[in-house]
Amino acid sequence: MTAIAPTLDARHAARRTGAPWGAVLAGGFLAALLLASLFPWIFAPTDPLSILPEDAFQAPGLTHWFGTDQSGRDIFARVVHGSRQSLSIGLLAVGLAVAVAAPLGVVSGLAGGWVDRGIGWVIEILLAFPGIILALLFVAIFGGGIGPLIVATGLGVAPGYARMIRGQVLAVRNSGYIEAARALGHRPWRIVRRQLLPNAARPLVVVITLGVGQAIVWASALSFLGLGAKPPAPEWGTMMAAGRDFIANAWWLTFFPGLFILLTTLSTTVLGRYLQQRLEGHR
Amino acid sequence: MSGPPAPGRRETHAEWLALLRLGGIRLAGGAFVLWAVATLTFIAMRQMPGDPALAILGGISPTPQAIAEVTREYGLDQPLFVQYGRYLSDLLQGHLGISYAQRLPVSQIIAEQSGATLQLVAASLFTTWVLVLLWTLTTTGRGRWIAGIGATVETIAAAVPPFWLAIVLLATFAFGLRLFPAAGSDGVRTLVLPALALGLPLAGFVGQVTREALVVTLEQPFILSARMRGASDWSVRWRHALRHSLLPGVSLSGWAIGALIGGTVVIEVIFSRKGLGRQLYQAVQSQDAPLVIGITLVIATSYVIANILVDLLYHIIDPRLRKDDQ
Repeated sequence: MTAIAPTLDARHAARRTGAPWGAVLAGGFLAALLLASLFPWIFAPTDPLSILPEDAFQAPGLTHWFGTDQSGRDIFARVVHGSRQSLSIGLLAVGLAVAVAAPLGVVSGLAGGWVDRGIGWVIEILLAFPGIILALLFVAIFGGGIGPLIVATGLGVAPGYARMIRGQVLAVRNSGYIEAARALGHRPWRIVRRQLLPNAARPLVVVITLGVGQAIVWASALSFLGLGAKPPAPEWGTMMAAGRDFIANAWWLTFFPGLFILLTTLSTTVLGRYLQQRLEGHR
Repeated sequence: MSGPPAPGRRETHAEWLALLRLGGIRLAGGAFVLWAVATLTFIAMRQMPGDPALAILGGISPTPQAIAEVTREYGLDQPLFVQYGRYLSDLLQGHLGISYAQRLPVSQIIAEQSGATLQLVAASLFTTWVLVLLWTLTTTGRGRWIAGIGATVETIAAAVPPFWLAIVLLATFAFGLRLFPAAGSDGVRTLVLPALALGLPLAGFVGQVTREALVVTLEQPFILSARMRGASDWSVRWRHALRHSLLPGVSLSGWAIGALIGGTVVIEVIFSRKGLGRQLYQAVQSQDAPLVIGITLVIATSYVIANILVDLLYHIIDPRLRKDDQ
């Protein structure tokens, strides 16, 4: 993808992503979110937990951009401060999923034969539970809270990842440069370490980018059900659950935390697709 | 790429036989998966917190005799493999145990609740495909701007969290405009908002893959030849291009049914609907192990069966795949 002359392929790619400014916008939003999760006071100096009963149920306006909740807490401050929990839950869950799925997928793709078939069945069995049901079952056994929430979300998405990684290893394994390395007489372990793993891992960047958004949606859904982070923690799903009782007269309590879940997922999707095209080239 | 199948072509006897054989193989695989799922849930049930005997007896502090009696009656003192055998044979006869919290047979609760969930899933899937057909089929390949907006809307829709959409719809159409009821599960009107909340995000996903297939299809020679024969644009899209572009979306529908079943949990809670999802949520909260296990098993079973059906549908839509089976 050089910028010298717009080739037919490049034009195709541009049409498919819908212009690169989408990726820039998405990257900018995610960068701001990351900054907010590290130093929330840059964006919102107000304490997300400070209670001001006389300010309760203020509609969004100039003083409170996103309004206030039933105890007069500033929703904007809470959304900004909540990015830390929501983002770290998403990142940790995907990290865990990859840590579980990668060994399974790599061993399955490399070993072939009975091992591959065995792992294939395990994945098949885990995929028989719709992910969120697997997560619910996990919460039922180990109880709610942030820790189990991360594990539940991670395990819920892991089977799908394992299947994808296996496919990737198989694809790389049968490619020409592996053949060439074999013909050169390199030892199998060296080929695995130097050629196969790095190449099979490249699409993982995309999977992780796409996955974090999805994991945040899941985790916030579980939190929304009261099975994850506990109030008054400013976690987006928990905030929405707390605002549910007031939908009829104070829509902003649920609207803004949810909007940030939506924007985060959207940004990870757009950025993930862009990375996919950069890494794989235009298919 | 061969040309389009002649419309109304009669499937031959051999093709149906191959389809039947494929269905048999898929069913056997499904049965194995379900056995493993049942075993996994048995282990999960043993891991759930709380003494089952105490849970069966309920809130009142029971006497040691009562505990001993229940332990014997439910075979809780038997070795684990005996309990496992009993569990499997009970399952095969459709006995899923008694709910701790509701004191009713789990199978009865499931029978009463599954209708509402099935309706919701069906309505959501229907909504999904209506949205995809209307939106994707009309905006694909209509010049840069319309196609670009079409694709962007699909990307945004796919990122919408269903439970957020549910609340936005609820605030707007139930509390604000009072067009639809906010809660309940009787009648078509109560289905509209929940089905939209589940169906719209899904339409984003299905729309994206359908659009990609449609773009390729619309560039095929047989589309050009249909246009040259004087077929209208409407006819080209609906009669010629559509069937060729359905496969990716249909194969995604298997996954989609799982996403929908999972989504019903939150949606049924938000709209206070009857259904398996809300029951599962309540059972998890009250640590009602038999009900959690029972509903999980039913959901896994229907998901596995749905995937087998989607797989077969795949082969019915595209006759080219059937050739490979023989």
